[in-house]
Amino acid sequence: MPETLLEVRDLRIQFPTNDGLVKAVDGVSFSLDRGATLGIVGESGSGKSVTSLGIMGLHQGTNAQITGHIRLDGEELVGATPSRVRELRGSKMAMIFQDPLSAMHPYYTVGAQIAEAYLVHNEVDKKTARKHAVDMLGRVGIPQPAARVDDYPHQFSGGMRQRAMIAMALSCDPELLIADEPTTALDVTVQAQILDLIWDLQQEYHSAVIIITHDLGVVAELSDDILVMYAGRTAEYGKAEDVFDRPGHPYTWGLLASMPRIDEARLERLLPISGTPPSLIRVPSGCPFHPRCRYAGLTDGRSQTEVPNLREVEPGHLVACHLTADQRRAARAEQLLGDIGTPAVQTTQGDV
Amino acid sequence: MSTPVSTAGTSGTSSGAGDGLLEVSGLMKYFPVTRGVIFRQKIGAVQAVDKVDFSVPAGQTLGLVGESGCGKTTTGRLLTRLLEPTGGRIMFEGRDITHLSMGKMRPLRRDIQMIFQDPYSSLNPRHTVGGIVGAPLRLQKVKTEKGIKATVQELLELVGLNPEHYNRYPHEFSGGQRQRIGIARTLALRPKLIVADEPVSALDVSIQAQVINLLEDLQSELGLTYVVIAHDLSVVRHISNQVAVMYLGKIVELAGRDQLYAKPRHPYTVALMSAVPVPQPVRVEGRRGRRERIRLVGDVPSPLNPPPACRFHTRCWKAQEVCRTQEPPLSELIPGHKVACHFPENT
Amino acid sequence: MITFIIRRLIATVFLLIVVSIIVYAIFFLLPRLAGQNTYQLATQFVGRNPNRASVLAIEDKLGLNSPLYLQYGRFLKAIVFGTHYNSGTSTTYCPPPCFGYSFKSQQPVWPQMVSDIPVTLSLGIGAAILWLVGGVAIGVLSALRRGTFFDRFSMGVALLGVSLPIFFTGLILLELFSYKWPIFPNVQFVPLTQNPYLWARNLVLPWICLAFLYAALYARLTRAGMLETMSEDYIRTARAKGLRERKVIFKHGLRAAPTPIVTIFGMDLGLLLGGAIITEYTFSLHGLGLFTIEAVQNQDLPEILGVTMLAAFFIVVANLVVDILYAVVDPRVRT
Repeated sequence: MPETLLEVRDLRIQFPTNDGLVKAVDGVSFSLDRGATLGIVGESGSGKSVTSLGIMGLHQGTNAQITGHIRLDGEELVGATPSRVRELRGSKMAMIFQDPLSAMHPYYTVGAQIAEAYLVHNEVDKKTARKHAVDMLGRVGIPQPAARVDDYPHQFSGGMRQRAMIAMALSCDPELLIADEPTTALDVTVQAQILDLIWDLQQEYHSAVIIITHDLGVVAELSDDILVMYAGRTAEYGKAEDVFDRPGHPYTWGLLASMPRIDEARLERLLPISGTPPSLIRVPSGCPFHPRCRYAGLTDGRSQTEVPNLREVEPGHLVACHLTADQRRAARAEQLLGDIGTPAVQTTQGDV
Repeated sequence: MSTPVSTAGTSGTSSGAGDGLLEVSGLMKYFPVTRGVIFRQKIGAVQAVDKVDFSVPAGQTLGLVGESGCGKTTTGRLLTRLLEPTGGRIMFEGRDITHLSMGKMRPLRRDIQMIFQDPYSSLNPRHTVGGIVGAPLRLQKVKTEKGIKATVQELLELVGLNPEHYNRYPHEFSGGQRQRIGIARTLALRPKLIVADEPVSALDVSIQAQVINLLEDLQSELGLTYVVIAHDLSVVRHISNQVAVMYLGKIVELAGRDQLYAKPRHPYTVALMSAVPVPQPVRVEGRRGRRERIRLVGDVPSPLNPPPACRFHTRCWKAQEVCRTQEPPLSELIPGHKVACHFPENT
Repeated sequence: MITFIIRRLIATVFLLIVVSIIVYAIFFLLPRLAGQNTYQLATQFVGRNPNRASVLAIEDKLGLNSPLYLQYGRFLKAIVFGTHYNSGTSTTYCPPPCFGYSFKSQQPVWPQMVSDIPVTLSLGIGAAILWLVGGVAIGVLSALRRGTFFDRFSMGVALLGVSLPIFFTGLILLELFSYKWPIFPNVQFVPLTQNPYLWARNLVLPWICLAFLYAALYARLTRAGMLETMSEDYIRTARAKGLRERKVIFKHGLRAAPTPIVTIFGMDLGLLLGGAIITEYTFSLHGLGLFTIEAVQNQDLPEILGVTMLAAFFIVVANLVVDILYAVVDPRVRT
């Protein structure tokens, strides 16, 4: 069995709207091995959720224009028949969403919803499906599963609900699990429990996981590889330890520097990235990050005009930036040493 | 009293001897639960906030941190008197405001203001930005030297927005800008105390930092006192002088910021801090490894029926018999560091 | 769930009592405050040929001189238990529910209403089924085919249905399908028990007329509800599980759509059962609606009182049923 489970090449997803063409995903590539975890990091408007919905084929029925390649276990999904993709959904690839309260139907019991997921892809009777649902609830750590299988979603606490969602997603033993902001709506201790659960289940089922989040801490906990997205494009892609120890893209630096930390010495002042994420209809020309980048001025105007390609800064570590290796090293060093001082380029106060 | 106190560099001290701008003692809020077919009888109460004490000196920031159901949001509502306390006392500038009537509270509303969590629902979409920020001035009939419009424009500039956008509507702004509008509105009456309920949790990470910096700048410029309610321990660490950790309606630990984060003493605080995911991957022999952390078992108990004595004992790995029978008082083990635990950590 | 129902039942009884007080006050207290005295009132009760003796006799018989609250008590008792009217020598018994005697016909009000109830019931329930099925179906289809010709056309027709008055639609229907092309000649009510075929056939036109208006409303409502439901997160989850689109629509989407419909349906049916006045008038069907018109035209107080109380009863009961149905449909309400 080949190691690569999922391969995404040059994926583009666009939505024509009255205000213009929204380029939600604009040329993203990555690959994922069996049993491995990819963390996709980005803020609102980065295109991370649209990417995952694209993999699942959930743009079917909308006016999304999808080009590029999505190969799941060798099978091309872009352009595949909708019924084939539907067959794979829930059975080979499954997804869990951010808010389990709104993501589950309020009028059906949790057990019924989990059993339904199983019944879609398996020819069994209702009794077997129900027993399976009880098993799954137990596997995800819900106490007294036989009693709780007939409860409604609103009768569960937030953490238990998310566990139930995970049970629903894993009920057909998928090879790929996509978790879109699975812990954002949860308390810190519950978040830790859910991340542990995903880890344990991943070891048990040997499934590949894509975890989508804006939280760099969550991504560091779970990921083998990291993909940093900005304005629908890849900013940085590489192994997690490489990206965290030697981040190459100014946006990644900005994210790391603007987060208040609990494990490091307290900074007197946070270093935010100035400006706001761009609209996906009017993506800035050249490098999409250039209006907010402190180092855009060092590239002789290329940042404004030329879209940077992904370049390998070390084996397996790609960065889409015009800065040369030397410039990058100097900028990073200056950042780390002089973070109490003034930035290299004048930042505007507040955002535009 | 109104001299701005710089918070930069201070490690923060714990509650003083009753001379703070805000003094809270024994604060309680119980929500009754009724049952019955025709006549509803009170069968219990949700003990949302149960005898909470703290003191906030002028110009400083108290961070209230905890998870859902701990009572921090309710405490915030009690401080601004959006809710009526069931018991206890709130003293503001030496004056007892616990049970003041609505009429008597009105002039005080100039001094105590609130910032809300959701920048999308806390601004009326049908009002212009100028109208929103100027509303407090109009409601309180404040006489301004240069007129309301000029004052509003000054405020917009103060929070980093373009004063020319006076006539725009909230939907024309991003989330971070909307939160700034909310902050401008809060500042309109030049309050002394601001209660911020999760001021940055609905914002993107890069914008959070901007708004946090703005709040800090405003504090040193205007001499504001903050009570910041948040669930994000990292944010609270950055912005607070003092931190109170709440669990099921009680404060389990109260200390200066540096002391708390360097040596947390209550087991819950320790567990909470260890649960925060750290942006540093762990590698064991080149493979992904798991970070060592304390794993709490189970969910938070219901505030309807909190565990007796120490409320944390059901999930605490150190729980002993005494924890089940005797409630540990919030006592000052070390100067400036209060813990409610029979067997505190790190001693 | 049981406690929920019991509590609602008690509330319903309470509500009915309140309604009866208000109705009674309107009909008996207000004229008094306006200056009418018992003699004038009794005169109305006598009907034809009022002479002093008979008026006074009526006054006595109906107890019109006792304090108002006692009269109200008697009124309430009469509805629940029936009452006896003593007029000197003879005693007449008025069985429950007793709303008194019609001014015009001197006959007990209730039996006259009873004969009209089947007409209104047939009309109302038949039309209700028609508009519910038709309106909801069109609404669902329009939502699913949003923006297409079907959607725009059906919503346009719906707008027409909502805008055209019933008597207009009714008269057009009669003109075309009863007089011009005798498909439904001689629209007259035939009781169900007498001849089911004729019963149904004669009601087709009034059903269509009434249902057209409501179907339009329900189509628009269902469409809006369906659109909102289909954009909910749990629909996306259902698709993510790999469910066929048809199942997503019917099992997940449609399951949540009825809630706004249920609420409105209860109110609409309740109101209709009190008398579809215009439709009955247009088609000359003698139901409670026509009864109401005649009662008002004749200023027949007991009849008006009777039909008002009956209509109120239907509405309150309909609300109760709706509340219970709501709890059946939405488990979150069943606290």
